[in-house]
Amino acid sequence: AEVEETLKRIQAHKGVIATIVVNAEGIPIRTTLDNSTTVQYAGLLHQLIMKARSTVRDIDPQNDLTFLRIRSKKHEIMVAPDKEYLLIAIQNPCE
Amino acid sequence: IGHPEIFPLVFTTKTQEIFNCRVDEDVTEENCFKLIKKEDIIQDLKTRATISDFHPVKKVVLEYPGEELLVVFDAKFQYGQNFYFVASEEAKENLLKPPETAEEKDDDKEEENREETPEIHPYKPPVHKPWVSLGSEKEVEEESVKDTVTKIKHMISRVRRKFGAPVTFTDKNASHVKDSYVECTSYQDKTFSIKMLEKDVGVQMVPKVREASTQTKWTYPKNAATQYFPRQLSNEEKEESLSSEKLKEFLTSVHLRMEIALQQNEIMNAFFDDWKALAEDESSSGGKPDVYLKAYQSFTDLRYLKDRTISCICWHPTIYGTIAVSARAWLSYEEQVNLFDKSLLQQSVILFWSFFDPIHPQLMLECPEDIYCFQFRPSDPNVIAGGCINGQVVLWDISQHEEKLQNAKTVADGIKVTAVNMVNASVLNILQYIYMSPSLMQVQQSSTEPPLVRYCAVSSIQNSHKKPVTDIHWLPDYFEDNRMGATFENRAEICVQLVTCSPDCSILFWDIPATKLPEQPSSEKVEEEEIFCMPPDVPDTFKHLDLCWKPLIKINLHKSDTTTEYNPVRISLKELHYHYKTSEKVQSLDTLEVPAKDNPYTDMSTPSSKNLKVLENISTDFFVGTEDGEIVYSNWKMEIDSDSAKPHTQKYTIHTETINTLQRSPFFKDIVLSVGGRNFAIWKEGVTNGPILQSSCSAGRYTAGQWSLTRPGVFFIGREDGNIDIWDLLRKTHEPSHFQNISESMITFISPWIASPKQHFLAVSDDLGVLHVLEICQTLSHPSRNE
Repeated sequence: AEVEETLKRIQAHKGVIATIVVNAEGIPIRTTLDNSTTVQYAGLLHQLIMKARSTVRDIDPQNDLTFLRIRSKKHEIMVAPDKEYLLIAIQNPCE
Repeated sequence: IGHPEIFPLVFTTKTQEIFNCRVDEDVTEENCFKLIKKEDIIQDLKTRATISDFHPVKKVVLEYPGEELLVVFDAKFQYGQNFYFVASEEAKENLLKPPETAEEKDDDKEEENREETPEIHPYKPPVHKPWVSLGSEKEVEEESVKDTVTKIKHMISRVRRKFGAPVTFTDKNASHVKDSYVECTSYQDKTFSIKMLEKDVGVQMVPKVREASTQTKWTYPKNAATQYFPRQLSNEEKEESLSSEKLKEFLTSVHLRMEIALQQNEIMNAFFDDWKALAEDESSSGGKPDVYLKAYQSFTDLRYLKDRTISCICWHPTIYGTIAVSARAWLSYEEQVNLFDKSLLQQSVILFWSFFDPIHPQLMLECPEDIYCFQFRPSDPNVIAGGCINGQVVLWDISQHEEKLQNAKTVADGIKVTAVNMVNASVLNILQYIYMSPSLMQVQQSSTEPPLVRYCAVSSIQNSHKKPVTDIHWLPDYFEDNRMGATFENRAEICVQLVTCSPDCSILFWDIPATKLPEQPSSEKVEEEEIFCMPPDVPDTFKHLDLCWKPLIKINLHKSDTTTEYNPVRISLKELHYHYKTSEKVQSLDTLEVPAKDNPYTDMSTPSSKNLKVLENISTDFFVGTEDGEIVYSNWKMEIDSDSAKPHTQKYTIHTETINTLQRSPFFKDIVLSVGGRNFAIWKEGVTNGPILQSSCSAGRYTAGQWSLTRPGVFFIGREDGNIDIWDLLRKTHEPSHFQNISESMITFISPWIASPKQHFLAVSDDLGVLHVLEICQTLSHPSRNE
């Protein structure tokens, strides 16, 4: 299906470690990682996205969060939020 | 007397004559004054010097201001002498004038007056001077008493009739009154008090402070816990949501952003700190001048290692600080030829040393013959395989002593007997045995002697090598090959196969059947006990193999054009990377094939060999270093079709003498280091026209070599003179970057090891039987970036 294809494309990028799709409640729907890690990422990032989104909207109610990138020492976590879903990708940037 | 201007003089007659002041002739009482000229006196003084009467007053005379001096005849000796001399003009005048006046005036006066007046200064009545105050008025005033305040006069009056009233007295007992004391107390009369109409008062506000305390009720603490688990969708729900339209929309809208972000990261790492990276390179390439190997410890044993050279060193893979060495007796060439004629006076052993006890070896493994090389089993470090000088392969099981080795701190007191691995293979084949009575060695229980472990299995002599086993390796645990030569996946993840090579032109593959839990232990035990009389202490892990062990596959190496054979001394397989802890997924795997004959085995079935899948990708190529100094690159894949019966081999002759080291780089699977004779070379698989790097001939012989475990460009070469050369290919490729002398005798073996991230050791053994453990310094052990 299209869904599969898109997800595969994202996963096939260079350096991508994992891809997770999370629903509005923070429950992972689709993942390429093992279960416990997925659940952990989903729960934590879901909360973070809520917080970030509310921050942006508090400052300007017309605004909304489009993308969140967390850069850490080891890799980069990218989250694309939507009304109902979240797409999370973890990538190792090449140096 | 009195007058300072009067000087009494005695005039002698002579003097009187000179100055015409003879007594009673010139000078009388009445006319007692005589004026004498100063010049005359001076002249007289000059002429008569000390005898002159004027000598006492010489000074006065000289100082006398006037011209004429007065000499007065003193008839009454008022001044003590008959003459006196007046020293000042004033006095002269006084004397002359008033007496003259007095004489003139008071001629009639009595002689006493006349005499008195010229002698005494004229009496002047005190002149009334104004009073000069000297401050005494103040004192006077102070002392005087004056009224400071005008005295108050009170007039008290009372009505007259009140006076004189009759008075009555009464008695009062003193004890009746309080305190026995009556007084007329003073009271405040209002008429005399001043009312204060205005008062200056300060006011301060202070909060009302009140102290209070409370006590909380102390209930006993209770542990409360909540257990939660994350919500998860069931599979159907997942499927449902995956196929929903909303998800599709979501993905279509989102994936573009995601891809942009991913691409950004791929293009460039925005957070890469170039400055820091530069600094790191600087520090490593600038290089500390003191690159060295620090001597950490050295081990030697006088009993067992006397006159022996160490042939092989192996670090214990899991236990920190434990290292095993095998010793080999010094044999000259003739003795080596007549291998079976020698009689060993000493038992040949493998010694285990621990860092914590440098004097006593921890464990000793008994060997039937001298061991040339040995290895720990990667999957189970308690099993050690060694190759003997007579071509046999020996197995030990030290699981009994594993705990002891781990706890080796000081001299061990007693052996902790752990549960012996009573694992017997249930599959046992009836094979030919040669019954040899093994020499019994009791395991020593004393605390000073290290425990001696007897070998538990030895290969059969007929089927072993004919010459010393010079190299032995365990095959990695993810594949094993069967007698047909095809490799199979090894699910058991334990190393079960060995490869050995020996100068008798053969390479043998040995198989240790997988150990299985015994199903019928008792009967088997009984069976075994009948057949063997093993000493009770020896673990019978490999009992089934003892003396009946045969190699699985045998490869004969033939030269392609002639019928002579190679004499392999060292072998290096491609897939010799051991995973000591866990197995990782390996992408490339090799398949094996075998030329030539394989032994007729009866059902030697490895369990579950049918269920394993055949691995296609294992490379069967290997390098062999021979006794003559040739490097042979060959492939043992068995050609199923008999067209090309000879496996393609390549040989290179670079080294002049026996190869003593052939080792793959731990970082690059296709790079091999070979050391032999006077030079070394680095080879790459696939590059067939020669080594990619070859060193020039050096002065001394190279006797050992090893790659560094942590830095891809570093390797260590040991020399004949006891030096170690450290080569760092990134710095210099034409000479060693550093060399260091370790011992006086030839280096026989080098083995690096990583004991902890900070401690990297290099174990070096020399010809005298001493094992040196050196610590590799940081610059040699830590790779720089992108090395």
